Amino acid sequence: MNEKRNLKVQAIENGTVIDHVKAGQALNVLRILGISSAFRETISFVMNAPGARGKKDVVKIEGKELSIEELNRIALISPKATINIIRDFKVIQKNEVVLPSYVEGVVRCTNLNCISNSSEPIKSKFSVLQSEEEGVSLHCLYCDHVISEEIAENLL
Amino acid sequence: MSFKNRHVISMKDFSREEIDYVLDTAEKLEPVARGEERSRLLDGKIISLLFFEPSTRTRLSFEVAARRLGGQVLNLGSVEASSVMKGENLADTIRVISKYADLIVLRHPLDGSARMATEVASVPVINGGDGSVHHPTQTFLDLYTIRRESHLEGLKIAMAGDLKYGRTVHSLCHALSLYGAEMTFVSPPELRMPSEIVRGLRKQNICVKETDSLEEIIGDVEVLYMTRVQQERFPDPDEYEKVKNSLRITGDLLKAAGPDLKILHPLPRVNEISPEVDETSHARYFEQAFYGVPIRMALLALAMGVIE
Ligand SMILES: [Zn+2]
Repeated sequence: MNEKRNLKVQAIENGTVIDHVKAGQALNVLRILGISSAFRETISFVMNAPGARGKKDVVKIEGKELSIEELNRIALISPKATINIIRDFKVIQKNEVVLPSYVEGVVRCTNLNCISNSSEPIKSKFSVLQSEEEGVSLHCLYCDHVISEEIAENLL
Repeated sequence: MSFKNRHVISMKDFSREEIDYVLDTAEKLEPVARGEERSRLLDGKIISLLFFEPSTRTRLSFEVAARRLGGQVLNLGSVEASSVMKGENLADTIRVISKYADLIVLRHPLDGSARMATEVASVPVINGGDGSVHHPTQTFLDLYTIRRESHLEGLKIAMAGDLKYGRTVHSLCHALSLYGAEMTFVSPPELRMPSEIVRGLRKQNICVKETDSLEEIIGDVEVLYMTRVQQERFPDPDEYEKVKNSLRITGDLLKAAGPDLKILHPLPRVNEISPEVDETSHARYFEQAFYGVPIRMALLALAMGVIE
């Protein structure tokens, strides 16, 4: 049983494995990384896999090592995710995601009257804050609006 | 302290020292604003007033401020009617106007539009009000009025009316917190000050009280800042009628006020201040409207670097 589960996670030759993704967030991981149908590498994912700390999702991207900055955006929707860089079937680097302090063009401002939701040629911009009481929150740098709970629902 | 080429977008961008500097500059320019002295400080400068929504009062006071300093005004009036910019996005409009003028005053209905304008403008931008968030020149003039007519440090102030949606009171709270004010918020329950603002002030050790009665506080404050309660905020017309009368300053109410109480209002008022109040020594809202001129003169002159 254990062996099988490990195979699911590690059976790629080169690339990136994003593990311990919050259950149900795998598709959002692809969105937050900007991976669309135009992406040419092989992607596979497991959703709701039983893990030692409850259910989790796992995303594997073959043949491509994404940059750490790109990957850290995952912390917005899944703060416990880990990033495994795989070369020649071996994990050569394992990191926890780190919350970025600023994100651009990743999340839509939930203030409908915000200039970043208009047809102006600009990207949304947020500073990212984390507090013990309120968790992760995004502060729109245009309109000052704060998004805290609905981050995953507002990925661009 | 140099403000040259600095944008004026949000009160939160200004420290207490910087605010004091703007207020000091306005005070120096006040004789010019009153027409008692002449100034050519903005001689040869062109100020573009780019208003995407009507706000006659703000536009006029910027125009007077620019002209009193000898500057020229490029008044783009109601832009939605102007064919020059039809269909053009705001970013391009700002880029083009940057080539024509030495400074842009922007008023736009979308939140954050002024911040965006600073990303593309090659001249300073002054936010003349963007959407429902920022209107920094109003807050500067409110602070200036308080300083001229009362005092800023450790002020006991009450703000009354629509505290939920009123952007002017939100940024005024922030600015006054830099001066250690004691604040009382007077509003019907439907229109209370947003709790995150109240929490934020308390975190800064600002003494904050909330009530729905003017009678309760009128004898206890030095400045009473009134705002308009709009009927459309109330789904039930009867509720509005009740509120309309409970948050109204009358001669009777003022009997309980201290002799130095000053009443401010960003205007226009509807019926929250009865006309008999105008004749009392408490009324300062027409002075407040005038103070918009020296404040806007100061901001124009500082942003263009003609005063340093
Ligand atoms: Zn926004």
